[in-house]
This record gives sequence, structure tokens and C-alpha cells, in this order.
Amino acid sequence: MILDDFLIRAGLAGIGLAAAAGPLGCFVVWRRMAYFSDATAHAALLGVALALAFSFPTYLGVLIAATAIATSTMLSINKATATDTILGVVAHSALALGLVAVSLTAATRLDLMAFLFGDILAVSIQDLIFIWIGAIVVSGLMIWRWRALLAITINADLAFASGINAKREQAILTFALAMTVAISIKIVGALLIGAMLIIPAASARGLVKSPAMMAFAAIAIGSCSTISGLGASYLWDTPTGPTIVAMATVFFMLSKFNPRA
Amino acid sequence: MTLLIETRGLTIDLSGQTVLKHVDFAVTRGEIVVIVGPNGSGKTTFLRALIGAVKPSSGSAYRKPDLRIGYVPQRLTVDKTMPLQVADFLSLPQSHSREDISKALKTAGAEGLGKRQLSELSGGQFQKAVLARAILGQPDVLVLDEPTQGLDQPGEADFYKLIEDIRQEIGCAIILVSHDLHVVMRAADRVICLNGHICCEGAPTAVATAPEYQALFGHGTKGTLALYRHEHDHHHHDHSNENIKDQSH
Repeated sequence: MILDDFLIRAGLAGIGLAAAAGPLGCFVVWRRMAYFSDATAHAALLGVALALAFSFPTYLGVLIAATAIATSTMLSINKATATDTILGVVAHSALALGLVAVSLTAATRLDLMAFLFGDILAVSIQDLIFIWIGAIVVSGLMIWRWRALLAITINADLAFASGINAKREQAILTFALAMTVAISIKIVGALLIGAMLIIPAASARGLVKSPAMMAFAAIAIGSCSTISGLGASYLWDTPTGPTIVAMATVFFMLSKFNPRA
Repeated sequence: MTLLIETRGLTIDLSGQTVLKHVDFAVTRGEIVVIVGPNGSGKTTFLRALIGAVKPSSGSAYRKPDLRIGYVPQRLTVDKTMPLQVADFLSLPQSHSREDISKALKTAGAEGLGKRQLSELSGGQFQKAVLARAILGQPDVLVLDEPTQGLDQPGEADFYKLIEDIRQEIGCAIILVSHDLHVVMRAADRVICLNGHICCEGAPTAVATAPEYQALFGHGTKGTLALYRHEHDHHHHDHSNENIKDQSH
């Protein structure tokens, strides 16, 4: 069976992630949520610890922790003025607490590197199923709420005046982010999720004229980064997650040579 | 007279502070209501309560069922990272036909801008695009929060002329926050002077001479009134001005 090949599984996992991270990453860029997405991504480690402690699936633990951290951060941002500071506190403390919690709960010494930078070559068929379900949920939400999400991104009050509940749409976006974090944990790890959200979207910006085109271009660039990253990592025996992100960075720099950029 | 929006005893607390207190307000079809008040007097919060973006802490804000609102917020900046053509912006969140879009752009004085990127527009063009979006889909009421911020004086005058034309054409009610006292005198059917609560309200001429209003705006008001009358003598808007004045007495 074709899925027996670990490289094929890795490629499909990466493309699944790109399909979710492309459109969502555009919103992260437009709404200037880069730091927020990092804070959410770092919460993934707390989720890993949660899953280890109560022995349920890693993905579920990550999804719960990321949703909880993202929601509570979002609520405190709405009340506070020093957004940047709050995000800094959450991002770093989630990472530190997550690392401490994981080492406390893990009976045997766990490969922390796999959670920090991912291990895409170890993706199993079960992983693949979860990743693609997550990717379909996220892209489905993006397609279903597309216009409403664009409206609240431009201006929340403008959306309210058109009868859109901006808070509900924001919650949908937050959940989509948590879901994307959950599916990326095995692929690129907690530290590089932010990169897969932001770099393809930022690369796409100069090449397109509409939000939808930017989302599609981000998916394409994310997929190309994954495939070329896998190839380069195979060829030079480099860590795969970082190599994928490095390839995305190459695409970003190439996109800057576009005369329209 | 169709009642479009009504507030009763509207009180709004934001982060522990009472921003608005016991505001009773109503607007009916075709009216132009101008809201004036010093900085921090709760004008923007009031408009946001009218459109449903903030919930009353006590009291009520009623909107006619299926009320269509065209809103122009005080500060609208579209992040440069978002590629967005004017026509696509006008189709958010409801999509509209190409004809309706170009018609709205024409009415708002932004003809032919449909294919341009929002990020490339000048301040004046941008405001017109935002206005065009607000008038799409036959709104019952236009809610405009200092829509001329960032425009130069001739641009401002044109913009208000445009808004009067739009009222004529669409027949919608207009609720407008303005710092510009000329606007109050020229365009309003009714003026509401807000400072955390309604200080005074009524016809423009009546409000301008009210002691509460004078207390807030000081001597400047008299100057503006004089200037207004002066302009009134020299420009040829006499009929429209006269009409509004007559209605108000």
C-alpha cells in the first residue's frame, strides 16, 4: 500500500497541515495575531502533559489545552490594554510550564525534541487520519465563515452593523487556531507552528489581488515547502521540521523578488 | 413615521466607568440627527450601542426587526497585508451585483474605483469607498461616526454635500457624529448635545443658543453661528437652508 511509505505519509501530513494553515495563516497575518498564535502553539506542550497524565490521545490533549489557553488569553486581551505584554507572558510561561509538566508526567524520558520541532517522518496512518480530519474541519470553517471572518477582520463594528456577531466569529477563529496547533504538533512541533501559519501567508501577499487568492497561494506555498523540505531533509539528513520551515523561508524571499511585491 | 431605533434609559459602563447615563433617543425614517459633544463624551459608544456592538448595562436599545444599517466607523484602517479590491470590500459581508456596486460607488462619488486596491486609495477616496459600502443594499439608517476625519476642508464640505444628496436619493435616516458645528447648523433636522448624558436636544438653532450647549462649546459657538450666517448670505444654498430652518421652528 502506498501509505506504507513513510515519505508519502509525511508528504500527505504536510499537505494537510498546509491546507489548514494557509487560509488561517492569512487571518493571523491580517489580524496581526502572530504573537497570539505563538502563545496558542506553545500551549500545545501543556496539552501533551495533560494527555500523558490522564492517558488520552495527544491530539485531544493539545486541542483542549490550546483552546483553553487561546480563549482565556483572548478574553484577557479584550479587557486589557497591554496586549503585547499579556501575550508575552502567556507564550513564554505556556512553553516553560509545558516543558516542566511533560517531564513531571512522563515516566520514561520522553523525546522532548519531537514535541518542540515535530517528527513528521514518524507520522502513522492514525496520525494522518487525525491530521486530515482536523484540516477538513479548519478549511470547512474557513469556507463556511469566509465573508463574516473577512468582515470582522476589517472592522468588528462594521461587522456588527451588518448583523454579524463578531465575538462568535472570533471564537470560531480561535477554535480553528487551536485545531491547527493540534494537527501540527507531530509535524513541525510547538516551536515551528507559528512559522507554518505566517511564512506561507506572508509569501503569498505580494503575488495576489484578493483575500481568497492569498489563501490559495498560501496553501500552495505551504505544500511546496513541505515537499521540498522533505526532499532536502532526506538528501542532506537534516531535521525535517526545521528544513520544511527553512524551505518556506526560501519561498518567502523569492516572493520578495516579485515586481509587484 | 416608522420608528427605526429607540433607546430608553440607555446606560453603558465600560471597564467600571459609566460612559453613558439614561439616554432616551429615537430616530424615525428620513431624519438627519447630528450628535455633538466634547471628546470623551460617549458619542462613539452611543453609536456602537445603536448598531448593537455594545450591550446596554441597563436600559434598552431597540432596533426595528431586520433593520438595515449602513455604518461608517470613526477609524477604519484595512491592514496593508490584506489584498482587497474596492468592489470586493463593498461585497462584505453580503455580496451584491456588479451593477449595484458601481451604482453605489457612483452615488458616493467614487466612480470607477471598483478595481483599485483599498490600500492604494487616498484618504478622501477611501472614505467615499466606505460610504459607498454603507449605502449598498438600501439601508434604513446610515450611522456615520465623524466620517470626515482626515479630509481637508474642501473635501469635508463635499463629503457633507454628498451625504445630503444621499438622504435625498435613498430616503434613509442619518445619524451623524460631528465636531464640525457648521454641519450641525446646515444639515441637521435635530441636534443632540451629548456629554455622558443628553445635555440638550432640539432644532439646530434652538440647541445652539441653549445654555448647556454654550457651556460646553463656549464662545466658539457664537463665532460659528456668525460665520454660518455670513456664509449663508454669500452662498446660494439659501433655499435648502431656509427649509431646514423652517422645519425647525
